[in-house]
Amino acid sequence: MIRVFACLLGWLALVSASPAPQPVALDLILGDTLPQKLSDFRFFTDMAASRPNARVQPYHINTPLFSDYAEKYRFLYVPPGKTAAYRDGGLIDLPVGSALIKTFGFAADLRRPHDDVTIIETRVMLRRANGWVALPYVWNADHSEATLRRGGTRVPARWTDAAGNPRAISYAVPNQNQCKGCHALYEAIVPIGPKARNLNDGAQLQALVAAGMLDRAPVDAPRLPRWDDPATGTVDQRARAYLDVNCAHCHNRHAAASNSGLYLEYDERDPVARGVMKTPTAAGRGSGGHAHAIEPGMPEKSYLLFRMESLDPGIAMPELGRATVHDEAIGLLSAYIAAMPKREGQ
Amino acid sequence: MDRMLTAGAALMLATAAPLSAGTINVSAGEGAQERLQTALIEAAPGDTVMLAAGRYELTDGLSLDVDRVTVRGAGPGQTVLSFAGQQGAGEGLLVTSDDVVLRDFAVEDSRGDGIKSKDADRIVYHNIRVEWTGGPKATNGAYGVYPVESTDVLIDGVTVKGASDAGIYVGQSRNIIVRNSTASQNVAGIEIENSYNADVYKNRAVHNTGGILVFDLPNLPMMGGHAIRVFDNEVVDNDTPNFAPAGNIVATVPMGTGVMVMANRDVHVFGNTLSGNATANVMVVAYKKAFDDAKYDPLAHDVVVRDNKHGRAGWAPGFPGGAELAAALGGGLPPIFWDGTGVGKAVLQVRESVPVLSLGLAEPTSPVSEAKPQLVDLSGGTPLPEPKPVVLPAAMEAAIR
Repeated sequence: MIRVFACLLGWLALVSASPAPQPVALDLILGDTLPQKLSDFRFFTDMAASRPNARVQPYHINTPLFSDYAEKYRFLYVPPGKTAAYRDGGLIDLPVGSALIKTFGFAADLRRPHDDVTIIETRVMLRRANGWVALPYVWNADHSEATLRRGGTRVPARWTDAAGNPRAISYAVPNQNQCKGCHALYEAIVPIGPKARNLNDGAQLQALVAAGMLDRAPVDAPRLPRWDDPATGTVDQRARAYLDVNCAHCHNRHAAASNSGLYLEYDERDPVARGVMKTPTAAGRGSGGHAHAIEPGMPEKSYLLFRMESLDPGIAMPELGRATVHDEAIGLLSAYIAAMPKREGQ
Repeated sequence: MDRMLTAGAALMLATAAPLSAGTINVSAGEGAQERLQTALIEAAPGDTVMLAAGRYELTDGLSLDVDRVTVRGAGPGQTVLSFAGQQGAGEGLLVTSDDVVLRDFAVEDSRGDGIKSKDADRIVYHNIRVEWTGGPKATNGAYGVYPVESTDVLIDGVTVKGASDAGIYVGQSRNIIVRNSTASQNVAGIEIENSYNADVYKNRAVHNTGGILVFDLPNLPMMGGHAIRVFDNEVVDNDTPNFAPAGNIVATVPMGTGVMVMANRDVHVFGNTLSGNATANVMVVAYKKAFDDAKYDPLAHDVVVRDNKHGRAGWAPGFPGGAELAAALGGGLPPIFWDGTGVGKAVLQVRESVPVLSLGLAEPTSPVSEAKPQLVDLSGGTPLPEPKPVVLPAAMEAAIR
């Protein structure tokens, strides 16, 4: 089994030392076919998809979506002669011909998360003239190629967690509809991660500008906190950031959970929509016997947490892509709810 | 799976199938999850995904997002999609595209909802069975069939058993027909919630906790449920103890409820056979919980209950304070029960052969301990106009013929 990922800085050094390869296959991004092999796109100059091609820029986000402790490697491609447009707070506006590439893998030992990573899948989003297309590619056994699996699949994953305990799950590669389920907003597919405020770490937007991939980076651009870094925001801010990134792609007035009445975007101000004293709509077993999504001051009586702590498919939230409990996030959200003033009589 | 274009055959048979219509055949067995899901993704508009008889052991939720696709089995006893081994997704099958027809198959033991269709206009559910095979249990999924945020919904010949919320649930939708269907051993048999223009008729709701519910809830994008007709149904022996997880609105439905109307307007309940419901054959009530939503109306008003056939009811009312109330009234309640809220604002007309009890509660949130129960005559007044029959696009009716 090939374990490929070293670290991003190492790759960048390698890129600068490589001879000029063929550029990214812009015709495939713009075309109407569904390429069967990830390598067809030439996003990378090596078979293991570790060395990005020209105009394929690695990036990171402040608060990421939790995916069962998978390591993720994100890349952005913008075609030559074009730039993405900065948008305050929202998604950067990527021009036709752009692509987002995200590879998922598991580090053998989370105490050394960048060493010995086994890659499983690479998800690709293509910005075509008529909109975005989202495609899942699954790596073969010897990690020499990833092929399109529109129907999704399951792959066993193992690792040692941060406390040194062995972990094993059945990791779900989403099918193409599930890609759309999370990525649909106003019935169209859109990216989720590269919102300007989530890209803004004080340097990354500027780096994208310097690379000729983004038009501007205002000095006062809003910045989403890092959910796990108290230096970047209060508990309230970091909890909101976590809920935004992990929930609001569905829990949004214009997305998959629009009917729920629970809306968790970072800037949502309606307390009931945020879950405070909100009764279940169609939660079924997801209520866990609790009356409200968030019972102020009482995390143990809040079914928002109950659902995040469950692994039962009829209860668990998010519905997709979670076969483990994100213990560290439960801690943050418990603190967030515990800090809310209790109602009288409680 | 093989995909065969049947345009030529279709022409020879002189059917109405469009020229592009093809059939994708899927069978049970090894790899069913990925093969069936891939078929649902690769289907083109107009295609039929044909599920051969057999038992499909599935590990994850399925989904369909292509317009004008028919998913068809060999019958609800022959083609069974079993989700007993489901590891992910909130429902068995999710449909998010328009003009879809689901027919002739069964969904069993999904961990969450059975079949959900969201923002799926003109959807047809026909000859479908959704069942939790272990009987009524709190660990069963919430809804059997679950269309939501959709316009034009036809549910015909559907059977649902064991849902821990509602067997047949239609939410935040408009222009709905639920007919010829059977709901048993669910908490709610059939529930129409936060929806406009629904006809619910010729169904059987038996051995649920509550038979047919017409509800409206606050803090949702679509509120103000109205124009609902519930008629010619058999709503009998709803005697299953409530097994819904607490917190959900149906967890408050008393065992032995026949038809329950809550916080809706222009609801007409007529021509039904109502019997064997220990709390009441018909309940008309306001939304009782506190809420924070200026746009929400908690009252039930402009409700007509008429010409139903009443059997035994009200001998063991299951709501808090019900037993005391029954004792005070000589051992039981009349078959029709109104919480008495909204006097002067809400109109309830009852033209029946049986008496009507009003609790005389001042406010929706008033506790039953403040009831001033009395028999009331609500048969007067100019009859309220009945909502117009729901008419669905002809192609939806044609799809099940």
